[in-house]
Amino acid sequence: MEFLYYPGCTLKNKAKDLDLYARRTAEALGVTLTELPEWQCCGGVYPLGRDEIATKLSSVRNLIAARDAGRDLVTVCAACHNVVKQVNHDMATDDYIRTRVNNYLQPETPYEGETQVLHLLEVLRDKVGFDAIREKVVKPLTGRKIGAYYGCLLLRPSKVLAFDDPENPTIIEDFLRALGAEPVIYAQRNECCGAYAAIENENVPKKRAGAVLSNAKANGAEELVTACPLCMYNLKKQADGTGVKVTYFTELLAEALDIR
Amino acid sequence: MQRIGVFVCWCGSNIAGTVDVKKVAETLGHEPGVVFSTDYQYMCSQSGQDLVKDSIRTYNLTGVVICSCSPRMHENTFRKAAASVGLNPYMVEIANIREQVSWIHKDMETATEKAIILGRAAIAKVHLNAPLIAGETPVTKRALVIGGGIAGIQTALDIAEAGFEVDIVEKSPTIGGKMAQIDKTFPTLDCAACILTPKMVEASQQENINIYAFSEVDEVKGFVGNFTVKIRRKARYVKEELCTGCGLCTEKCPQKKVPDEFNLGLSNRRAIYIPFAQAVPKVATIDPNYCTMLKTGKCGVCSKVCGVKAIDYTQKDEIVERKYGAIVVATGFEPIKVDKFEEFAYAQSPDVVTSLEYERLMNAAGPTGGTLLRPSDKTHPHTIVFVQCVGSRCDEKSEKGKPYCSKVCCMYTAKHAMLTREKYPDTEVYVFYIDVRTPGKNFDEFYRRAVEHYGVHYVKGMVGKVTPENGKLKVQASDLLDNRQLHIDADMVVLAAAIEPDKSARPLATMLTASMDTNDFFTEAHPKLRPVESPTAGVFLSGMCQGPKDIPETVSQASACAAKVIGLLVKDKLVGNPCVAHSDEMMCNGCSQCQNVCPYGAITYTEKEFRMPDRTTAVRRVAQVNPAVCQGCGACTVTCPSGAMDLFGFSNNQIMAEVDAICK
Amino acid sequence: MENNNLREQILFTANADPKKCMKCGKCSGACPNYDEMEYHPHQFVSMVQNGDIEPLLKSESLYLCLTCMVCVERCPRNVQPARFIEAVRLAKIRQQGENRLTPQQIPAKIEEDTPQQLLVSAFRKYTK
Repeated sequence: MEFLYYPGCTLKNKAKDLDLYARRTAEALGVTLTELPEWQCCGGVYPLGRDEIATKLSSVRNLIAARDAGRDLVTVCAACHNVVKQVNHDMATDDYIRTRVNNYLQPETPYEGETQVLHLLEVLRDKVGFDAIREKVVKPLTGRKIGAYYGCLLLRPSKVLAFDDPENPTIIEDFLRALGAEPVIYAQRNECCGAYAAIENENVPKKRAGAVLSNAKANGAEELVTACPLCMYNLKKQADGTGVKVTYFTELLAEALDIR
Repeated sequence: MQRIGVFVCWCGSNIAGTVDVKKVAETLGHEPGVVFSTDYQYMCSQSGQDLVKDSIRTYNLTGVVICSCSPRMHENTFRKAAASVGLNPYMVEIANIREQVSWIHKDMETATEKAIILGRAAIAKVHLNAPLIAGETPVTKRALVIGGGIAGIQTALDIAEAGFEVDIVEKSPTIGGKMAQIDKTFPTLDCAACILTPKMVEASQQENINIYAFSEVDEVKGFVGNFTVKIRRKARYVKEELCTGCGLCTEKCPQKKVPDEFNLGLSNRRAIYIPFAQAVPKVATIDPNYCTMLKTGKCGVCSKVCGVKAIDYTQKDEIVERKYGAIVVATGFEPIKVDKFEEFAYAQSPDVVTSLEYERLMNAAGPTGGTLLRPSDKTHPHTIVFVQCVGSRCDEKSEKGKPYCSKVCCMYTAKHAMLTREKYPDTEVYVFYIDVRTPGKNFDEFYRRAVEHYGVHYVKGMVGKVTPENGKLKVQASDLLDNRQLHIDADMVVLAAAIEPDKSARPLATMLTASMDTNDFFTEAHPKLRPVESPTAGVFLSGMCQGPKDIPETVSQASACAAKVIGLLVKDKLVGNPCVAHSDEMMCNGCSQCQNVCPYGAITYTEKEFRMPDRTTAVRRVAQVNPAVCQGCGACTVTCPSGAMDLFGFSNNQIMAEVDAICK
Repeated sequence: MENNNLREQILFTANADPKKCMKCGKCSGACPNYDEMEYHPHQFVSMVQNGDIEPLLKSESLYLCLTCMVCVERCPRNVQPARFIEAVRLAKIRQQGENRLTPQQIPAKIEEDTPQQLLVSAFRKYTK
């Protein structure tokens, strides 16, 4: 199994663990992630305005490169996944955006959303299979009560992301079960952590991530797992001193496969 | 050559406002065979009909073309008018220049042109029309009611009281339907069981009513007045005629962990069970999914304790075939599953319940004996939040919910809120609403009583998130009038789930060739004027299967439906439709394709001897149509590869002549 | 207050129809940052529809929507309130001199573990 891999900026810097263990665990599971050459930053948030054309270009460049290489594009960062997948959807369905983007980029063949964008969790679920992972687990995370923190970006808008039930997702819980851990279900797992408001208003992530943490804890979670570096940043700040550990899903996978 | 008269109707300004009717009459007057052409303000009026009749006499017309509204409206009017002066009614054709022209076009020139073209097509058809004589068929004087809820029971009672036999087919072990699960009824707050169970008993005692409980319709054949229906009597593993309903078996059965569907899984029943005390018929049923004896062959307790030897582990489904003149659909509704609305945490907390579950939690015969206790820890709830419109009034393209208003939720929620406050004045009750819809007799007064007398907090806004935490349900909601977000620590949340037609309705509609709308509600023949008939003759609609309605409305509709059925069953004979298929045996190649597509089973094949050109004889297999069964749908004529099938009144030649006239 | 040109521009950018709204308020019931905001998701929808846009342009609420898309996901009528907030925000920051965040402010905000993602997305949201 070979995929083109789009790491994004943060995974090359502050979220190195997310990247490193994505590659290592994928390799161990027989999945080859080939880094997309000359990838460009996705911009961090999906440009929601219809007339935002320039801000969608970098994502389309990545998508065209994947199409021309004839491979599915795999993301690991939840934000990159959200942006690239939504832009891809625009290119497939919105004439206004498609025409203008193609006019800018002038690709040899106009791009119409042909690339399949997959999050690594989807690859693990649908291509590798959680049962196959369970068999390869060497150090099961037995007895560890872990709350999946989905946040917003993997799930919404669900019509485009088509990742899981946006109000009752199960993919990370199933993933945790495959690793031998005990998933803790709590209602705030799909609510926002405060996101980019952290840049100027500390109060917002404090309140939001705080609500996520207290709800997870009240339901018995001792750890949280995420796929998003910004969620990690906001959660970690609030988790300080609470005894709740926050990790990336790839770290847990590496741990269970004993390649950490 | 026919002598044709053309009559162009203005329909006031409905047609004449967009179509130049004078020009249409003038132009069509020059068509070959047309000997008279005129226009008139209201052709369907008495004087308009007289104009048609007088012209038939004066000009010795052999054919008539009326350019007017849809044939669904007045075809019959003009056919009768023609017949009254001796012209065969099937020599009258309608060109629909209202629904197909004036109502959908704005420009007079194009509309007039199209009206002329449609008139020309009708004239071309009349040239090939031949007089047709309708046959008669007898009427089986028995009705089938599918569904034994309050709608089906009421319809059956009314038909039976008029002296006709009625069979009720009910898929669950007892009649009673959803109403049996309801605690109190709005706006009078009388107990649902107290008013329903007498009707159930009456149905079981009425000598004209026969109840097939725990049965389903397997197959429907035939047509109005003459349906043949196969009913599957599902195996109860209990002999219905022997069981006395003593209930000893249901007490002794060792399998105690079966979710009780009557209590919506809020309590358990045994593997052999009687749904509730007042069940009709009061007969035990074994659930084969849980019965140890049926699954492993080891147990047999119920058989041992049964004093009348009613248990029969070898019982099989049984098919009963019965004939009916009319069929009533009363298949009812279900609340939608709320699993797509997990923002309300239904799957996460047992204290989040649906409204129907709340009915059971309030009911004296329910899992808590009528004491309101929250399911998680069986304690008394002090704060309850009701959420309205869960899955109702959604965007048409929504994959989660329904686009319609479920109609009953505002009132039953007001009832729940009121009853809760009356019984437990220390409980704070919040109702989140989008609009409070109370159009019904004494309905708004009822809702106001909940607010003013019982102090229920009605909040204009919607709940956005429910977070179970530390034994509470943290409810986050908007209060639009105060422009704030509310955070309520609730003990219970009650979801007013949208209602949808019962799942069994869809396959049944296919069997009955009765049409449904996009939401799987049965479609009525006319939304205003024929609300209890389906477009399929002889099939009638009663209750929620046709659309959301409360109990008073359901009962009214059920009685209206019965009136229509009685109107059909009192007839000894029905005049048939002469526009039926017939097969040209010389052209038929015996392929059976027509037989396969015929929805009415009107086509059979026979072996027939034919004289061949070389004077030998050959036996060939040819199609034959039973004109009494054929409904003239035309499926066979378009399927027949050799062109042997044709339809009286809509022959291939007539249709081609119309197409030619349009394309000329 | 009517402002038709601006309203049309915002409706185009938003690419959503405020007329679909049935005023249920579920967006504002679901909004995780409601209490911080002066104008709330349902008000953005309604005020854009009514052309009452000036107060929105002046409001801090523009920068407090987290684009978490909960309002979009839970709206029964598929109104997509976040799109209206985004469209008004864009109408504001596209104006000359209305950048909310400048590179000069950044060094003071950076911590040891500030992810690049935070800076990139903040610039996308607050600056043109």
